[in-house]
Amino acid sequence: MTLFEVMDILNARLLVGRKFLNTEVKTAFSADLLSDVLAYARPGSVLLTGLTNPQVVRTASVLDIAAIILVRGKIPPAETLRLGEELDVPIMATHYILFESSGRLFSHGIVGCIQKVGTDEIVSL
Amino acid sequence: MSLKYDGKFSVRGGDFKEAGKVAVEIKGILKKFGIDAEILRRVAIVAYEAEVNIISYAKLGKIHLQVHPERIVMDVEDEGPGIEDIELAMRPGYSTASELIRELGFGAGMGLVNIKHCADEFKITSMVNQGTRLRIIIHVPAR
Amino acid sequence: MNLASVVKTLNLKVACGQEHLERPVRGGYAGDLLSDVLANSREGDLWITRQSHQNIVAVSSLKDHAGILLVQGKEPDMDTLEKAIKEGIPILVTEGGTFEIAGRLYRLLHERS
Repeated sequence: MTLFEVMDILNARLLVGRKFLNTEVKTAFSADLLSDVLAYARPGSVLLTGLTNPQVVRTASVLDIAAIILVRGKIPPAETLRLGEELDVPIMATHYILFESSGRLFSHGIVGCIQKVGTDEIVSL
Repeated sequence: MSLKYDGKFSVRGGDFKEAGKVAVEIKGILKKFGIDAEILRRVAIVAYEAEVNIISYAKLGKIHLQVHPERIVMDVEDEGPGIEDIELAMRPGYSTASELIRELGFGAGMGLVNIKHCADEFKITSMVNQGTRLRIIIHVPAR
Repeated sequence: MNLASVVKTLNLKVACGQEHLERPVRGGYAGDLLSDVLANSREGDLWITRQSHQNIVAVSSLKDHAGILLVQGKEPDMDTLEKAIKEGIPILVTEGGTFEIAGRLYRLLHERS
């Protein structure tokens, strides 16, 4: 599905990255700890997280994450949004909690995929 | 065999606001060399985790990146408290992170582990009250 | 829906709390930031997290969760296990990641209603 459809399913508000709304995504990664994102998130996935600091954007950029989905109705600081613009990382925000957000996307066919760092092994669990 | 790139990046201890900046910069530089995406990812993860460690624990540090045709070498050096028990530090989940670090989403005790997993060759040395050094080598397969 | 049926359907490992699996599961909460869990999670939630240190037991107990589900195959620390047994908090473990297991639990909970 496209990021536009993701936005729709999560009743999310797009904060950064209007030009990327047609990006296709198939996988997602949910985490509140950046070390996990660095260790497991697969390039091209959407990242669902409650972390709103700028480091999330840099992490997403470095891993070629398709978009950051901020959950729990959190509003990110201006610096995070600015970095999203600068590094071309789409950011959207939803009121749903991580569990609900993951559940909704999962129900629509998005798969949880982890790619363990240092291997070519892509695990769909 | 010529060196394709040789650069040093400084990291200031305690500079949490900038965490990841060097990793992003390194990725940008290497992308231009047309390096394989998976290798790029590994380099980026190493740089990021190493950078966060320096910021979290040291006074100052630097990441020295060298790109050779057949391997990428990263030498990370910092001035800081050093690691007393390296084996303990390498244990997944072991962390000495402060509250601030955890709030940023780090401090899960996976930094050095992640770095080691990304490396083809990994060496760590440390002296208490002086600092820590890492050497990470990632092999670039011939096309 | 109780923990026992969740364990069975989602093929989870029980690290401790085998005797408490009749507890009802009213919802799910996923997250690793303890302050968020304290603020947002609810009674009867099955808390999905990768945090395995002993602080999770106090949080879970305080919020009256159904139990804790650790992801990525993370076994609880010894301290955590001891505390959980003492407090009567079931800890379950799954090999999968948060997104997938939250998705499957969500689907399970919604199928029933």
